[in-house]
Amino acid sequence: MVQTKFQATGNGTMSISLPPATENDSNSLQPTGWLRFISFSLDHKVIGLQYLVCGFIFYLIGGVLAGAIRIELLSPISDFLARDVYNQVLTLHGTIMIFLWIVPVVNGAFGNYLIPFYVGARDMAFPRLNAVAFWMIPPAGLMLITSYFINGAAQSGWTAYPPLSITTPAAGQIVWIVSVLLLGGSSIFGGINFIATILKLRRPGLKLMQLPMYCWAMLGTSILVVLSTPVLAGTLILLSFDIVAHTGFFNPALGGNVIVYQHLFWFYSHPAVYIMVLPAFGLVSEILPVHCRKPLFGYTTMVYSIMGIVVLGLIVWAHHMFTSGTPPWMRLFFTIATSFIAVPTGIKFFNWVATLWGGRITLNSAILFSCGFIVNFVLGGITGVALAQVPFDIHVHDTYFVVAHFHYIVYGGSVFVIFSSIYHWYPKFTGKMLDEKLGIIHFALTFIGFNLCFAPQHWLGLNGMPRRVAEYDPQFTLVNQISSVGALLMAISTLPFLWNIIYSFIKGDKAGNNPWQALTPEWLTTSPPPVENWSGEAPLVTKPYGYGEKSSDERNPTITQA
Amino acid sequence: MTTLPSTKEKSEELTSSDTQHSDHRLFGLITFLVADGMTFAGFFAAYLTYKAVNPLLPDAIYELELPLPTLNTILLLVSSATFHKAGKALEAANSKQCQKWLLITAGLGIAFLISQMVEYFTLPFGLTDNLYASTFYALTGFHGLHVTLGSIMILIVWWQARSPGGRITHVNKFPLEAAEIYWHFVDGIWVILFIILYLL
Repeated sequence: MVQTKFQATGNGTMSISLPPATENDSNSLQPTGWLRFISFSLDHKVIGLQYLVCGFIFYLIGGVLAGAIRIELLSPISDFLARDVYNQVLTLHGTIMIFLWIVPVVNGAFGNYLIPFYVGARDMAFPRLNAVAFWMIPPAGLMLITSYFINGAAQSGWTAYPPLSITTPAAGQIVWIVSVLLLGGSSIFGGINFIATILKLRRPGLKLMQLPMYCWAMLGTSILVVLSTPVLAGTLILLSFDIVAHTGFFNPALGGNVIVYQHLFWFYSHPAVYIMVLPAFGLVSEILPVHCRKPLFGYTTMVYSIMGIVVLGLIVWAHHMFTSGTPPWMRLFFTIATSFIAVPTGIKFFNWVATLWGGRITLNSAILFSCGFIVNFVLGGITGVALAQVPFDIHVHDTYFVVAHFHYIVYGGSVFVIFSSIYHWYPKFTGKMLDEKLGIIHFALTFIGFNLCFAPQHWLGLNGMPRRVAEYDPQFTLVNQISSVGALLMAISTLPFLWNIIYSFIKGDKAGNNPWQALTPEWLTTSPPPVENWSGEAPLVTKPYGYGEKSSDERNPTITQA
Repeated sequence: MTTLPSTKEKSEELTSSDTQHSDHRLFGLITFLVADGMTFAGFFAAYLTYKAVNPLLPDAIYELELPLPTLNTILLLVSSATFHKAGKALEAANSKQCQKWLLITAGLGIAFLISQMVEYFTLPFGLTDNLYASTFYALTGFHGLHVTLGSIMILIVWWQARSPGGRITHVNKFPLEAAEIYWHFVDGIWVILFIILYLL
């Protein structure tokens, strides 16, 4: 593997000639400058950044909660947090990280920013619906967090399993339900918008199989969102009836059935894992080819893999319920279906490795985080296949093994990709370069901290430490303390990142239009792009990964504009 | 190789960030109805599972009568036809006829709601009496909410289809089309609901 360094030279080697930006009349009612970002803006780029910044703020809050959990778990007794507060903290941590950070950022933030560029459109199909979808998030998040200070937040975990969610204090649980319903609604509106944009707003001449991979990932994700999120909404409405009106849908004492809740909940929440990780797959597929100067390996198989994951993802939910008295035939079916998911996921994994293979890799922060993702994700994937096997799952069910597996997927997977994407697209968002040294420090701290925090939890789970409990057997003390040190490193790793994004925004080097010499359409305009994305015609990019082809030197793509 | 096009004509999608074309809006509406349908699918799945595994508790009362819901089914099916008539009339630029059919449709929708209310007040069980009663009210109530919203929508369309002065004409018929597709969807859900809840 040859490693080369190449300096970002702005648009020195690029010859994009763009006519001067013209004033746009249709948006004259919209505020300009930074005020756009706190307004009901209809610009997909503004909305994308709103999602990103809003999500990152919630990530910091969720991170503080994670810190509180790890401090509590430094010692085997319940000393730092009261037991019910611990329950509230872990519920808020899970809910915030899933519904207010990962789902809105991998879908809403990058989806809104990139998809219109990728399909060659000026905006999303439904700009107003798009703004509505974003502005449902801050109130929902604030409501969720304030519930902690008013009457105590929900205590039943992000799964809200009855009878736990019916018997814990009702006020917090109801706020939780309303908040998740709002966030689910936001997600559905976003999904409808993405499907319509990708299928209906493509630039004339652009075929589906020429789209960048992120479009396919978002199409698959949005199909999952539209099909599964409403089921969660319906379930939570029934749950709220159980809490408020004392019906008995999920209350065995009144003739109800808790297993029905679990089925309906996981019909959404297993696809939710793919809603969190499929867009990350797409983003990695955009980042890797640019920084290793090679076409994405196996484009067609990637597309079929995504669609395969969408179909399989909808029929594997009961693997979360192997210990819920699930009948043997169901265990058999869901074990087989779940194991099958390893096939399309494996195809994608090997395609990324093959993309890197023999490439001229620039080891910058973006590709480091992407490679970190590949490593973490394959570890999380292996434990995932293990957990799909009934005998093993029964052994580790509801232990820290599951916590470790899940965080390897959503942190080691999705969050690493979010950081990678921020390093990759920050120059486009702001027109400034991020500091590479700080980025590499950020990566090293995050990667070491993450693995130090979560790898030992596999051992804890295998040895029987239950999750979601503030107290544990003293024999687990040392390993828990190691895990907490890892969490501390992860917390510290946020500092160079925060400093980097703020400092670079003020004093960073100018990025130019296309610092990575990339070929996807968002780079074929100014940084940051004008209101309607291109001041001239939208470019027709039929080979978004055409690096290293004989017909063009990718270091010096000559782009002509009519 | 990346090339920029030399075509002069601007495609209609690319003219403004704020353009919402009716064909995309219809597509968006249908996608939304798929999502909405999945909510009902979840409810139906829950009900059928209860039926399969949760026997009615010994002292619980859960009996449904058929006449009223059958009448309701007929009301909704006829209203779908009258809405279709309204759409045809609008296409023929006959807003008087269109408004007449819309008013009949809204009337049928409201008649359905009244009939549903009568059923609610005559049934021998309440919301919290037993699992089946709760499921019955949740399902029919959620559907009734859809009929309520639909009836309001039809009345708005009826008001806007007036001539002169209304915004809905044979040139701008998207609002009517959208309301019509939604109404057919709500009717279709009722037929499934009727079969699952009353006939099975």
